[in-house]
Amino acid sequence: MTADRISATFASCAREGRAAFVAYLMAADPDIETSYQNLLSLSEAGADIIELGAPFTDPMADGVAIQKAALRALKAGGNLTVTLEIARRFRSVNTSTPLIVMGYANPIHRMGFATFARAAADAGVDGVITVDLPPEEDAPLRTELAALGLAVIRLATPTTTEKRMETVGNGSSGFVYYVSVAGVTGAGVGTEADIAAGVERARRISKLPVAVGFGVRTPDQAAAFARISDGVVVGSALVEEVRAAVDLGDPASSVKRISVVAKSLSNAIITARTVRSAH
Amino acid sequence: MTNAAQPRSKTPPPNSWSQWPDANGRFGEFGGRYVPETLMPLVLELEQEYARAKADPKFQEEFDWLLEHYVGRPSPMYYAERLTKHFGGAKIYFKRDELNHTGAHKINNCIGQVLLARRMGKTRIIAETGAGQHGVATATICARFGLPCVVFMGETDVERQKPNVFRMRLLGAEIVPVSAGTGTLKDAMNEALRDWVTNVATTFYVIGTAAGPHPYPMLVRDFQSVIGREAREQILKAEGRLPDVLVAAIGGGSNAIGLFHPFLEDESVKMIGVEAGGHGVDTPMHAASLSGGQPGILHGNRTYLLQDDNGQIIDAHSISAGLDYPGIGPEHSFLYEAGRATYRTCTDKEALDAFQLCTKLEGIIPALEPAHALARVGDIAKELGKDGLIVMNMCGRGDKDIFAVAGHLGMKI
Repeated sequence: MTADRISATFASCAREGRAAFVAYLMAADPDIETSYQNLLSLSEAGADIIELGAPFTDPMADGVAIQKAALRALKAGGNLTVTLEIARRFRSVNTSTPLIVMGYANPIHRMGFATFARAAADAGVDGVITVDLPPEEDAPLRTELAALGLAVIRLATPTTTEKRMETVGNGSSGFVYYVSVAGVTGAGVGTEADIAAGVERARRISKLPVAVGFGVRTPDQAAAFARISDGVVVGSALVEEVRAAVDLGDPASSVKRISVVAKSLSNAIITARTVRSAH
Repeated sequence: MTNAAQPRSKTPPPNSWSQWPDANGRFGEFGGRYVPETLMPLVLELEQEYARAKADPKFQEEFDWLLEHYVGRPSPMYYAERLTKHFGGAKIYFKRDELNHTGAHKINNCIGQVLLARRMGKTRIIAETGAGQHGVATATICARFGLPCVVFMGETDVERQKPNVFRMRLLGAEIVPVSAGTGTLKDAMNEALRDWVTNVATTFYVIGTAAGPHPYPMLVRDFQSVIGREAREQILKAEGRLPDVLVAAIGGGSNAIGLFHPFLEDESVKMIGVEAGGHGVDTPMHAASLSGGQPGILHGNRTYLLQDDNGQIIDAHSISAGLDYPGIGPEHSFLYEAGRATYRTCTDKEALDAFQLCTKLEGIIPALEPAHALARVGDIAKELGKDGLIVMNMCGRGDKDIFAVAGHLGMKI
């Protein structure tokens, strides 16, 4: 399975004439058990692919929402090993939804690239995104992941030129994560025209599906991106539901809150293209 | 040491110590460019622009002119006679970079980087700062060139470094207090990186130490190497030979690499960096990345870091806000593993004692950062004996620290 599960998912969404809904949550946020329940809730609510954030003390590419999620997760005992344990549990009850670990290089480096790759494959993880391992630096991890059939998912951004996109595409697998705007997660979004051009470039050069993320908060935004890409990533908006549940003193209520938000996002993405053609 | 007085050939042999970094920005296993994709094109562009600037005599001319007339270089090489007598061993010289404009070595690097920013057409400067020295130096150069300047500073540091915060504001800089994480230097650096990712088209990030993604560790080292080039010439003139040992304090390590680098090919010259030992390296309260850390990846480079078994970064502690950082420049990690330089530590208390000793015996109030180096200079002087010769980088003056020191000594100002 592994990377195949990702391509199968994009292929089936394409057959249905829609983009995939890629949902992000931080592992062990607000606590290990609720975090696992939240993943189940996400897949039941229509998430096609799940990105599981591995908490790190210094998430330099993340905005406030995910920074705070990381701190909550670390406080709850979260780390890379726990992230993989949650993934394994999820995989034991769900064999179809692709699971991607997203995080920073240092915890993976500390565990050891080969050890991590084996542990991730054992846990049923399908791919890995390492924010601070650009193509120039990801070879030691990439070779270990690729040998086990895990996808190496890279980021492309508005600053990625045509020529550089070749570097990004060469060695990418699974899909390309197109960052909609130069900024951190949860920031504002770029214009639809710019994003469409960036997605087209990434798709043409990488020959992979392209999912758009960073700054997608509302069903309307999700629908807009679903019309121009193969997948829409939502992170901060879901993570904010966990925060809201914690703030209300009822962390377990995040399961229900996430289900509600994920359903509306999923619905917006599924109907995005038909709604537009009806206009 | 018979050949020590012979200056070496100006062209280093291949595979020499000073050839690093390689084309991938690596010092052996350390360094590199571990940044999000948004920043990669800019980091590559900066590398190209720096290569062009290095080959441009006009760039070097402007840099040198500003160092001479604005910073006040060359800084003196001073024989610390009374401290030498006090320790009763090797002769001790201070390279007096504390006499620079703004009071520390930091400004050498800021001038170089802001000149680069101007070449690249960047219209906004950002910087991180811990103690505020790099922030003040950056704000100073930005005032000199009329560039808007935003300084990210941990909330905790804003509170404990009020005079420098006021200086930066007087100079026209905007201070952004950072509450994320623990509100210290590493969090300020995270926030500066986030700003840079967001404003990448207009903004130049002036990193304050010889760390971060390639080419920063290289270019900061090159700009700071004026310290070692001057020191080499000055000590040869004063003593007719090269020193036996160079000593410098290490936070990120820019003043140390600036002093060490021009001597790397001089095999007789030993180099000792002094890390902040805080309450002791056997406690969790220190900032000694080499002595108490492991290799890892943070802030754009692979280097030694304070981290736990899960790869989470551990907060550094030092009495000196300028050394309070959980990492170290990658070239130091390389020199450490290769054995070309060695590294010792100094506790908060030893630094406080050295601070007072230097003030009383030499009439020089050192910053707490070089006070760490000075504490070990006493030991090294005794180890070398009377024939020995030491050059220590007095990289900053202590005006900024008098409030903190008074607090630690239980005195009221």
